[in-house]
Amino acid sequence: MINWNRLCAMARKEMIQIRRDARSIGIVIAMPIVMMFAFGYGVSFDMKHIPVYVYDQEKSQQSQDFLKRFQASVYFDVVKTVSSYPELVRAIDAGSCQIGIVVPPDFSKKLRSGQKVSVQAIFDGTDSNSASVGMSYTEAVAQAHSQQLQLEWLRGRGQGEVRLPLSVDARTWFNENLESMVTIVPGVVAMVMAVVGTFLTSLTVAREWERGTMEQLISTPVTPLEIMLGKLAPYVVIGLADTSLCAVMAVWWFGVPFRGHIWVFLLSTLLFLVVVLSLGYFFSVVAKTQLAASQVSLIATFLPAFLLSGFMYPIDQMPAVVRGITHAVPARYYMAILRNVFLKGSPVLTIWQDLAGLAIFATVLGLAATRVFRKKLT
Amino acid sequence: MSAPENTIELNGLTKSFPGVRAVDGLTFAVRRGEIFGLVGPDGAGKTTTMRMLAGVMAPDQGSATVAGFDLARDAERAKHHISYMPQRFGLYEELTVDENIRFYADLFGVPRREREERSAELLKAAGMAEFRSRLAGKLSGGMKQKLGLVCALIHTPKVILLDEPTNGVDPVSRRDFWRILYTLLDQGVTILTTTAYLDEAERCHRVALLHEGRMLFCDTPANLKASLPGAVLSIVCADPRPVRDLLAGVEGISTVMIVGDGLHLVVRDPQRMIPELRSRIAAAGLPCDTIEQVAPSIEDLFVEAVQGDQANQGDQANHGDLADPGPGQRRDRGDER
Repeated sequence: MINWNRLCAMARKEMIQIRRDARSIGIVIAMPIVMMFAFGYGVSFDMKHIPVYVYDQEKSQQSQDFLKRFQASVYFDVVKTVSSYPELVRAIDAGSCQIGIVVPPDFSKKLRSGQKVSVQAIFDGTDSNSASVGMSYTEAVAQAHSQQLQLEWLRGRGQGEVRLPLSVDARTWFNENLESMVTIVPGVVAMVMAVVGTFLTSLTVAREWERGTMEQLISTPVTPLEIMLGKLAPYVVIGLADTSLCAVMAVWWFGVPFRGHIWVFLLSTLLFLVVVLSLGYFFSVVAKTQLAASQVSLIATFLPAFLLSGFMYPIDQMPAVVRGITHAVPARYYMAILRNVFLKGSPVLTIWQDLAGLAIFATVLGLAATRVFRKKLT
Repeated sequence: MSAPENTIELNGLTKSFPGVRAVDGLTFAVRRGEIFGLVGPDGAGKTTTMRMLAGVMAPDQGSATVAGFDLARDAERAKHHISYMPQRFGLYEELTVDENIRFYADLFGVPRREREERSAELLKAAGMAEFRSRLAGKLSGGMKQKLGLVCALIHTPKVILLDEPTNGVDPVSRRDFWRILYTLLDQGVTILTTTAYLDEAERCHRVALLHEGRMLFCDTPANLKASLPGAVLSIVCADPRPVRDLLAGVEGISTVMIVGDGLHLVVRDPQRMIPELRSRIAAAGLPCDTIEQVAPSIEDLFVEAVQGDQANQGDQANHGDLADPGPGQRRDRGDER
C-alpha cells in the first residue's frame, strides 16, 4: 500500500527544503524560545506593586500608621502623597495610579470616640480584573488594621490575653507560591505546537501549488498518502524536538516542576502533533495559497488554543455555552494533560478523559487529512 | 481496444472550464516511436490536452489510452510509464540538480546504480555534467528546462509528454534538447510535444493543429505543406507594416503576415501576382527589395488554417493573435531564432 522508498524520498526532499529555507528554520528554532520567554515573563496574573496615591486629609499619627500598611505590602506601591482631590482625580485619569486612598480629616477623632470610620478608596475600573483584585487587597489591609486597633482597644481595657478564634492555615498544592508563571509555562508547549506544527505544515502543500511543482509531482506514481506522510514526517521530528526544548526550558530555566511520567508527556505530545499537523495539512491542501493557508491555520489553531483551552482563562469560569465549545478545542485536552504532567503528576487514570479526547481528535483529523488531497488539477 | 502500434489514443476527449470549452471532442492517435507535435495559438487547448494525457486532470467526456492504460481507470498505473514535463518549471529550486534527479528517481523506484549511470549519461548529453551540485533555482532558463527533461527521463518512460519544452530556451540548449529526444526515439519511446516554435513542429513526424479545442488538421509536415491552397510569396523589405496594410484585402491574396525579414503572402496564382505586387508597392512609393515564391512553412499553413477556421465560424469578433495578419506574439518569438 505504502511504498517506503517514495515516502522517504518525500520526507528527505521536505527536510532539505526546510533546512534551506531561512524562514522555516527561524520558526523552528526561534519560535519556541521566543514564546517561552514572552509568555513566561510577559503574561502574569499576579497583581503586585499596584501604584497607589494617598490623600491624607488628617496627617495624624493614626492615619499615617494606617497608610504605612499599604507601604509595607508587596501588593501596593505608594507612589505619591497628594494634597487635594483634583490632584487625585488627575492621577487616576492619567493612569499614574490605579488606586487612590482618601483618609478623612476626622480619622483619629472618630477612632478615639469609638465611631465607625470610612476610608475612601477609588479604583480605576478600566481593567475590571485588576480593580477587583485591588479592591480585595485593599479590604484585606483595612481588615487587618481594624483588627489590630480592636486588639489594642481590648488590651487597653485590661483584657491582657486576647486571642483570635479562627484562622485559615492555607497550603497551596502544585503551585506552592501561587505564581501564575508556573501555570502558564507548561501551557506554552501547546501554543508552540499550534504555531510551529500548523503554521509550518500549512505552507508545505500550498507552496507546491504556488510554485508549480505540484503538477509534476502528481504526474508521478506517488500516492496521496505517501505525499502526506512524507511531508509530515519531518514536522513530527521537529515538533518533538521543539516540545523537548520547551520542556527543558520550563524545568531548567523557569523552575517549573515536572512531576508526571515522561511517557504520558510524549504520548500526549505525539497525539497533539497529529492533530495540529493534520489541520495544517488540511488547510494547505484546501487553500492552495501559502498566505491563505497560514492565516486560516493560525485562526483555527492558535486562537482557540490561546483563548479556549484554559491556557489564559479558566474553563470552569466560562459561560456554559463557551465551556461547551471548548470541548471541540483539541488544545484543551492537551493543556490539561500538560498541567497535570508538569505540576501534579497524579496517576494516569485521573487524566484518561483528556487523553481519550485527544486521541479521538487525532484519529478523526488524521483520517480526514488523508482523504482531502486529490492527485488532479481542477 | 488499442492497436499495439498506437501508444497514445484520444477518443472524443473533452474538457470544459467555466465559460470555455478548452478541449472539444479531440480524437487522434500517436504511434509507437513517433514524435508528434501539437501546435496552435494560446488557448487552443494544448496544455489541457497534455494534462489529461498525463493523468493530472480528469476529462469531462471521451477517453484516452496511454501506454496501454485507460486513463479513466488506470491513470495511476499509467503514470509509471509516462514522463510529463509541464509548461511551468516543476522542479524544486531549493534542491540541487542531483537532489532533484534523485527525488524523481526515487518516486519512480529507479535503483541507485541505474540512477547514477543514467543521470551521468543524461547530464552529459544535456551539457550539464559540471552543474550537478548547483541549486536548481540558480540555473539559467535553458538549464532548468534541460534538468526538467533529465528528471523526466530518469525512469526510462515509454511515453514522454512535453508541454512547450523549449519555451524561452537558448539555441544551444534547444539543440541539446532535440538531440536527446531523437536518441530516445531510436529506443522506441513515443513523444508528444506541444510547441510554439513552428520550426520545431517541422521536426515532428506528424503535427496536429489545434484551434479552440478542436483539431483543424493532422498530417506529416510535408503533406501539410503540399496541401496549402495556393503558393507562398516572400517580400523582403525593411519596413513591412505599411506594405502589409497596403496589401491586406487585395483580391487573390488570402493571408498577409509579417515574418523576420519582410512579409509572407499566401496567393492563388503566384506568376500573375508578382508583377501586380511590384506595381502596387511602387505606386504607393514604398521600398521593397525582392518578391519571390518560397517553399511554404508550417507557419504559413498554420496562419492560413486558423484564419480559415475563424472565417468559417463567422467568428470575427474572436480574433486569436495568430489569425490577425499583424505581428502576433508567437511569430515574433519564432523569428528571434
